[in-house]
Amino acid sequence: MKGQAVLRCFGWVFFLCAALPAHAALDIEIIGAGEHQIPVAIVPFAGEGKFAQSISQVVSADLARSGLFRLVDPASKAPHEPREVVYADWPGVDALAIGSVEEQINGRVAVKFRLLDTVKQTELVGQSVSGKADQLRAIAHRIADMIYEKLTGDTGVFSTRIAYINRQGRINRLVVADSDGYGEQTVLAINEPIMSPAWSPDGSHLAYVSFEQDHAVVYVQSLLTNQRKVVANFRGSNSAPAWSPDGKQLAIVLTRDGGSHIYLAHPDGSDLRRLTFNGVIDTEPNFSPDGQSLLFTSDRGGSPQIYRMPVEGGVVERLTFDGGNNFSPRYSPDGKSFTYAHLTNGRFYIATQDFETKQMQLLTEGGWEKKPSFAPNGRLILFATEVQGRGILATVSSDGRVKQRMFPQAGDIREPTWGPFLKQ
Amino acid sequence: MKKLLIGVLLVNLLAACASQKPKEAVVEAKPAPVAETPRAVEAVPVPAPAPMVAVDPLNDPNSILAKRSTYYPFDVYVVQDADKPIVQAHAQYMSEHANRKVRLEGNCDERGSTEYNLGLGQRRADGVKKMLQVGGVKDGQIETVSYGEEKPRLTCHEEKCWKENRRTDLNYR
Repeated sequence: MKGQAVLRCFGWVFFLCAALPAHAALDIEIIGAGEHQIPVAIVPFAGEGKFAQSISQVVSADLARSGLFRLVDPASKAPHEPREVVYADWPGVDALAIGSVEEQINGRVAVKFRLLDTVKQTELVGQSVSGKADQLRAIAHRIADMIYEKLTGDTGVFSTRIAYINRQGRINRLVVADSDGYGEQTVLAINEPIMSPAWSPDGSHLAYVSFEQDHAVVYVQSLLTNQRKVVANFRGSNSAPAWSPDGKQLAIVLTRDGGSHIYLAHPDGSDLRRLTFNGVIDTEPNFSPDGQSLLFTSDRGGSPQIYRMPVEGGVVERLTFDGGNNFSPRYSPDGKSFTYAHLTNGRFYIATQDFETKQMQLLTEGGWEKKPSFAPNGRLILFATEVQGRGILATVSSDGRVKQRMFPQAGDIREPTWGPFLKQ
Repeated sequence: MKKLLIGVLLVNLLAACASQKPKEAVVEAKPAPVAETPRAVEAVPVPAPAPMVAVDPLNDPNSILAKRSTYYPFDVYVVQDADKPIVQAHAQYMSEHANRKVRLEGNCDERGSTEYNLGLGQRRADGVKKMLQVGGVKDGQIETVSYGEEKPRLTCHEEKCWKENRRTDLNYR
């Protein structure tokens, strides 16, 4: 099996923990490597030592996490301007990133950055960015995105954000963080469970399920103003919010009419329409990128499996048949495949299925792995797993080759979901 | 006072349930002192639901009504035969006490997605509700809620915990 061959390829384990600053929210561990790693060197930026965040370290960590790059140690070489670069000094390196950070008078910083092609001896991209000193991580993620895009042709996701639940004792926090787990911001903290955070397509709002009214209620909260509204608070359970790609509709699951059924509503809860009528439990709807179809979990066939239906109604198609139960479907950003959690023999695996081949591919070794969601470029899948009894975040590349685990300093992480590209 | 006493009894039951099966929990619960006057009860510090027992069978730890949970196999929401007498006893009690309200709380083990389990827990609670209604309990006396896998009684990844978490609790209000 291809998956087993891939597993045997995992030759190296790379700990970044030592490189991370003391106030790190998470420890990060990466396993595996892409097939064709691009050798790059990120030279420490001139002047970066004066700041709390080292730009070159954040950029290096981002690129390493993708699994697509081999980071070459610049050793003692420290060019900061193109004229200082001696290309002969960089054999075996395809690209070189150099730059500088300068403090400006008004508490802002100016970051200059260039990516050089060491083979053609040309500049691939260069940019000057100015920002507040506390935005250095964000600037570094932007630089990593630029490098990623130039060298792979794909859009980088280092500047995107993720959301998840951190449960510590009775306290449940809905958290938004950078894609590397830093910059945690608590959106909601309560003594009751929170479930199923879902990003609006523009990244400005989160829909989620909270038990603070002692049963499951769907809310939508603005990340800009922190104001929130109840979307659905009917008798029984109100849950599983999913945004339509245009952000104008939410699919939600209500039990008010008996059984769990999928409904559509506007994000303010108005114009409620029932979509599913069969099955006992229809839940976890997820819109296709074109907004035409929904994937969902249903036990209408006797066990929980993944189904697809047109949003406007029509034929429901069962998609998973492999032994075991299947949950939590999420479309890939290109709409050609979906990821889901596969339960068999008491273990959860993260799986993908291509709509054309209809073949299940297991991406992980199995364990307590739940709630997968694609990065907006489709190259990585974020999910929740458990290590030594702790709930942690993990990612796997969509080809299963590169795995990453992020350990929170405290609490158990549940229900992660990767946010959209943000408008730059 | 009545509420408080019920609360005390429930706390006892719950504390026992945390580590024991409900059947054993009943045995563990403090036996009610039989012939004590209300004044004597006031003198006794904590576990003293004595006079209520005589009045309300709900507070009799030896009554089947002391059993407040139904249990299920994996991914099943139908009330099991073994638990039907419990639900039927509560149905009879509630139909005879129309002022009584109960909250049915469905729970699941963790082998599913959180959302699927929320649906499954709701079905478990709704299944008990249906049996209560068949037994003559009015709709307005019953509230159902699902906690899915969010509030496990026990947290290990083994059947010994999972079987305790697959249940519907009848919680009198």
